[in-house]
Amino acid sequence: MADSLIYRELGGPSRRFWSLLALLAVPLALGAVAYFYMEHYGHIVTGMDNQIVWGMPHVFAVFLVVAATGALNIAMAASVFGKPVYRPVAPLSALVSLALLVGGLALLMLDLGRSDRMIVAITQLNPASLFARRVIFYDGYMVSVGVYLWFLLERRMNRYIRPAAIVAFLWQLLLITSTGLEFGFNFRAAYDSVLYAPMFIAFAAAYGTAVLVLILFAVCSWEERPVAEALLRRFKNLLGIAVGASLFFAVLFLSSKYELARSRDVARFLLFDGGVYTALLWLGQLVIGCIVPLALLVRSQFSRSALAAACALVVLGGLAQMYVTLIGGQAYPQILFPGMVETSSFFDGEIHPYTPSLVEVLLGLGGMALAAAIIAVALRALALLPTRLEVPAEPQA
Amino acid sequence: MSADTNEVLSRRGFLAISAATLGGVMLAPGVRLIEIAAARAPEQPVSRKVRWGLLIDTNKCAPGCDDCVKACATENGLKNTGHPRTDAQWIRKVELKDMRTGRTNSVPVMCQHCEEPPCVDVCPTGASFKRADGIVLVDRHICIGCRYCMMACPYKARSIVFQSISDQNPDVPRGNGCAEGCTLCVHRVDRDQQPACVEACTKAGHNAMIFGDLNDPHSEIAQRVAKYASTQIRADLQLNPGVRYQGL
Ligand code: SF4
Ligand code: SF4
Repeated sequence: MADSLIYRELGGPSRRFWSLLALLAVPLALGAVAYFYMEHYGHIVTGMDNQIVWGMPHVFAVFLVVAATGALNIAMAASVFGKPVYRPVAPLSALVSLALLVGGLALLMLDLGRSDRMIVAITQLNPASLFARRVIFYDGYMVSVGVYLWFLLERRMNRYIRPAAIVAFLWQLLLITSTGLEFGFNFRAAYDSVLYAPMFIAFAAAYGTAVLVLILFAVCSWEERPVAEALLRRFKNLLGIAVGASLFFAVLFLSSKYELARSRDVARFLLFDGGVYTALLWLGQLVIGCIVPLALLVRSQFSRSALAAACALVVLGGLAQMYVTLIGGQAYPQILFPGMVETSSFFDGEIHPYTPSLVEVLLGLGGMALAAAIIAVALRALALLPTRLEVPAEPQA
Repeated sequence: MSADTNEVLSRRGFLAISAATLGGVMLAPGVRLIEIAAARAPEQPVSRKVRWGLLIDTNKCAPGCDDCVKACATENGLKNTGHPRTDAQWIRKVELKDMRTGRTNSVPVMCQHCEEPPCVDVCPTGASFKRADGIVLVDRHICIGCRYCMMACPYKARSIVFQSISDQNPDVPRGNGCAEGCTLCVHRVDRDQQPACVEACTKAGHNAMIFGDLNDPHSEIAQRVAKYASTQIRADLQLNPGVRYQGL
């Protein structure tokens, strides 16, 4: 590791740090209360029903998982693709990725109908299932990113960084592709498109980079850590490309759904008559999440506040996108008899209503707070960020 | 349903295997249920030759009649709590109207007992499983309530239990937070009886449902599907459901 870079833990008086943790403890505690409440009364206290079976906790969870895979991109750029300018933030990139994944997975576990049987999920794993493959991807990803992070931090292991990074990169590719295909291979009308795979890779890059930059800014506002404008400009460009790609794939996906006669109805639902989903799609995912950030990012004049605002908007747009994808995709009825009007006591042929309950939102925010708390504690305990992010590290550390 | 000796014997075999399954779950955690289910009962080979199925004649199914739905609820202890969105529905009557011709149909829809069940493919624990005789079930002991099967099932055949339940039918264990769906009344089939819905439909004189072994060329159901045109719902998905419809 270049001697010109001195990595240091998060500083500041411990009282200040404890106040930060106390602040994060509030959403964490509320999330825990929400979980026990749901666990005690059952999912009846959520807004979910037999038609909308994955609710708000999944919106947060899938967002976190997708952002987690994308947050690693910066580290991969440094260690796999030999871009030394990113080397100073590589450890932070790996840490943010791990923390977001833990937050997302915790939410998936806590939202189980029988979360008391979590252990069954591990011991009785059905190796043939898609989901089990994903559990293996999660584990492989976490272990490989963990090893990579360790090699980054341990001077003696520095020479193995590249191979470790390549392994992590392969797991990253597997994990994000399978996340996309989980929707892509689903029979529901709103899913059922392989475009979900590249689209989710683009989403991941956008959300992950945005979260990473926001955390970097948070550290900088916590204490004096000068960041070179050159690095931030790189972030700006990367985020711009990722957001542009997200927009491109979203438009391609929606127009392909619309063009194909068999999926035109669901496209019409999402684009025009879906009420809250239509609003969230246009205003949330496309305008707030893509178009406004792009406008902020393509300005030639660089401004930190514009970059920070773009990142925050990308995150908000990402949550909106997850809501549209997950809830909107379930709200649109499953067609059993194409060409027929269906009615039944089980709400066949109807748009299914869903209103998230407070417990679900609190649980979801708890998962976000968990990821934030892990990042805060790790930054305080480990020297993950250089004191000055100005000097480029030696090529390919 | 034709009930020749072989069928009766193989049904007993399945009963033994259900017991072996439960024992297996308790005795050997880590051993996957589906393997046990596919194993042989001590005294009786399981016949994969059997494929239980239903044939529903929509011409005989009366619009508005829900005798099958009521019989299912009674048999399986499904109670109306006044919250239709969260109450379990293992079978429902779907009223259909052709958008172009205006022709109407009324059809009962339940778990289609797919030969290639997506619910089994996605289930992380193996709680969703297909018995050798084609009946798709949920093992309530290992279901973690992830609802992945509900996302994957193209027929909306599964429900999840949203709160604790009391007064259960001892033959049909149900549990808060677990997924469930039509079992083809496996407990009755294993006793050589017909599913409750079929019995109710016959009793009411509609005779719109036939239950039997699709693989047994002598069974009424096999003969009917061999002779008359029948369809599967969303046959385009190629899941080969065991429930077939006539007159759609
Ligand atoms: S109908 Fe649904 S629940 Fe039944 S076997 Fe097929 S996929 Fe599984
Ligand atoms: S809800 Fe139960 S049966 Fe359905 S996929 Fe999850 S563990 Fe399997």
